Amino acid sequence: MKEIFEILEQNGRATPEQISTMVDKPVGEVEKIIKQAEKDGIILKYKTIINWPKLGEEHIWALIEVRVTPQRAVGFDAIAERIYQFPEVHSAYLVSGTYDLAILVKGKNMHEISSFVTEKLAPLEMVQSTVTHFFLKRYKENGETFYLPKEINKRLPITP
Amino acid sequence: MLNTKSAPAQARDNLISQKVTNLPPSGIRKFFDLLSSMEDIISLGIGEPDFITPWHIREAGTYSLEKGYTMYTSNSGMLELRQELTNYLELHYGVSYHPEHEILVTTGTSEGLDIALRAIINPGDEVIIPSPCYVAYPANIILAGGVPVLVPTNEENNFVVKATDIEAKITKRTKAILIGYPANPTGAIMSRKEADAIAGLARKYGLLLISDELYARLIYGAEHICFPSLPGMKERTILISGFSKSHAMTGWRIGYVAAQRRFIEALAKIHQYTMLSAPTIAQLAAIEALKNGESEVEKMVQEYNRRRRLMVKRLNEIGLPCFEPKGAFYAFPSIKSTGMRSEEFAERLLLEEKVAVVPGTAFGPCGEGFVRCCYATSLSSIEEALRRMDRFVKKMG
Repeated sequence: MKEIFEILEQNGRATPEQISTMVDKPVGEVEKIIKQAEKDGIILKYKTIINWPKLGEEHIWALIEVRVTPQRAVGFDAIAERIYQFPEVHSAYLVSGTYDLAILVKGKNMHEISSFVTEKLAPLEMVQSTVTHFFLKRYKENGETFYLPKEINKRLPITP
Repeated sequence: MLNTKSAPAQARDNLISQKVTNLPPSGIRKFFDLLSSMEDIISLGIGEPDFITPWHIREAGTYSLEKGYTMYTSNSGMLELRQELTNYLELHYGVSYHPEHEILVTTGTSEGLDIALRAIINPGDEVIIPSPCYVAYPANIILAGGVPVLVPTNEENNFVVKATDIEAKITKRTKAILIGYPANPTGAIMSRKEADAIAGLARKYGLLLISDELYARLIYGAEHICFPSLPGMKERTILISGFSKSHAMTGWRIGYVAAQRRFIEALAKIHQYTMLSAPTIAQLAAIEALKNGESEVEKMVQEYNRRRRLMVKRLNEIGLPCFEPKGAFYAFPSIKSTGMRSEEFAERLLLEEKVAVVPGTAFGPCGEGFVRCCYATSLSSIEEALRRMDRFVKKMG
């Protein structure tokens, strides 16, 4: 069963027929497992990785370290929720170490991100401090590399 | 001093040895030449992984260069590598060798095969091989001064050589049986029962067994039978293998031989005068492969297995019946329904649909009526290749 999800994670467009051959299970069973997983929130969404810079669409990314004051009874969760619901927030994590929340923010330009930090994030009551790191270059994201030439076939066409 | 009485140059047209002159070129070569002039080909004709060597292994190789490991190693190979190899063989196949006396690190499995044959063959000795088989087997035997004796295998037996067929070919001159399972080109594997029967023959007739187990790790839902692990077989088996297929390391040229001390000493004699030692960078990379490579091997095997199922299913669907290959990364479908011979099929498929497969006859006369399709290529390439083959077969029918 895990194998079905591994295949889909690599290729969201793999059809139940293809998957059924690859894992040696009847198509009906594969379809059922996928449907159930969609229902159970095991499969959250089917997405596509787009290389936006190739289309000339550059985005600015920043990692923001946030130090917060945890609250009685709800700990970090309540303040995290306050923060991650902003649409500018792409990902949010509670982390160990010198700060508490690591926030990945995506914006059209530097101004958009800095106004998010200064107008929305920093003024929050529980936020003690923020440190913003703008990304200068993306090398690898979600397991995909941006600069390595992709799988150049260096093999000879016929070998013993 | 020039000998003025020597024969004129044109009378001495024998500068190439008779043995080499008579050796037929590899059947694959011809195709290679045809292919190199064409574009947009999907090749199922390749005999190597499409994975690049896992990064941690490449990184170990790079690091060894940075550290200046550019000298020869001991003839037999670095002791650390030999120790890792003995651990590996013990762990996977339950067969134990002494790292100092029973392991020889070679420049690819090809070298191991060559020197094993040269070390045992007296002129005219016969070596039994199943057919079809890896292209180098007969040539290596001939070059070592021996006589290859082909034992045909067929589809009905899933291309596994039968002990009774081997026994029928044993003569006073028979020295050894050379087999390689999982098999190139058929993808066949050998069951314990079948292997036991062959081991029994080797013991009964006092024959040596050269077992090429290069594809041992690429096996799907079955157990690999390691010949030296069978009762009484360690003392009469020369096990040859390497890293090319399991760890996607074809270009590194690194392999090994495991056998009793008397054999290893004999092989090492040839090795020390010809190869000296296997590439140092590859030996260091191989140590890393053995120490930390297991999860990568498993990942690759899982991926091959998915492709294997896809290819075998599609081949059968388009009317090229194919038995289930449980090892290596080859499918060996029958093309008899098209009425064509293997070579014609492969040539026309290449010219008309731009899909390269290898005619079964490249691996021996018993390969007639079959082609070798390698599934060590991306799923999308396999699907496209099979679409084109479907069109081709329909056009013929």
